[in-house]
Amino acid sequence: MMLRLDCLRAIYPDLENCLVVTIMGALPAELQSLGHRPNFFYLQHAMGLASSTGLGLALSLPHQKVVVLDGDGSLLMNLGSLTTLARYKPKNLLHIVFDNESLLSVGGFPTATSTGTDLEGIARAAGIPKTRTVRTVDEFTAAIRQAISSDGLQTIVAKVEATGPKAFVTDLGLLENRFQFRRHIQSLAAKTK
Amino acid sequence: MTLVRLAKEEEGVGLSAGAHFAGVKSAMLMQNHGFLAAINGIVSFAHLYKIPLLMLISYRGAFGERDPWQTQGGNVTEPLLRAMNIPYSFLDAPESVEKRIRQAHTLAESSLQPVALLLTRDLMWVE
Repeated sequence: MMLRLDCLRAIYPDLENCLVVTIMGALPAELQSLGHRPNFFYLQHAMGLASSTGLGLALSLPHQKVVVLDGDGSLLMNLGSLTTLARYKPKNLLHIVFDNESLLSVGGFPTATSTGTDLEGIARAAGIPKTRTVRTVDEFTAAIRQAISSDGLQTIVAKVEATGPKAFVTDLGLLENRFQFRRHIQSLAAKTK
Repeated sequence: MTLVRLAKEEEGVGLSAGAHFAGVKSAMLMQNHGFLAAINGIVSFAHLYKIPLLMLISYRGAFGERDPWQTQGGNVTEPLLRAMNIPYSFLDAPESVEKRIRQAHTLAESSLQPVALLLTRDLMWVE
């Protein structure tokens, strides 16, 4: 089974011009190990709200590509978000769900995807216009590149191994990240004026 | 103005934060039980990351309430706002609504925190 870190490494260059919102825990620690950028916002708590935050950004900035890096545990805590995404279908939003079938960052408890719940199926039934499940890094990379370079709301579920780094705290402060992210968006707006 | 209809109120905390990052003003409109349903998001996103949230909360279960199912939520709304250190005031007359919403928004933006306005029975319902 593929590793999330290998997936992140493969698409890292493609995220350069996107606004990226992640969930908490292992995922942001891995992304930061590849190199933090001012266009990355790590929601280190509030499980479930990464997709809602991405929707708020995508609706507010319709010409800016927004990428949400979600997880099975977080998405399962806010499944209604899929119906809200589908309702507004922002064409500039890409929703990636790393499904490791585990609440890895809070103790490794198995989630319902470990017993058969199909998040891609739920996303499709919620009305997300394009959905896909990928299982290899090559498939993942091709799907993400295609999604970033084209319009249309997509949910891509990436089945990954339940492994991550040992520690999740980095030297990037939560508020530092938040203010830098907003400042970055303001600088983008100033450039397009 | 854009209206975004949500499945659950807690989504509104994420939506509002995203809008704030993008430089767009927002307000959440919900009932007090919706506020109860959004509490984790308010604490672990809006408070943690200093996000200005303007919350307009319909105040069910207060004096004059006839529906028994609303009464428990009415009991805990103000104590919870106080426990969460959320500044709040009331919307109780149409003539002061605009000014109070403006003031609440100003405080949310200057303090970078959630602020609540309770929409009272006097404003919302004809007895």
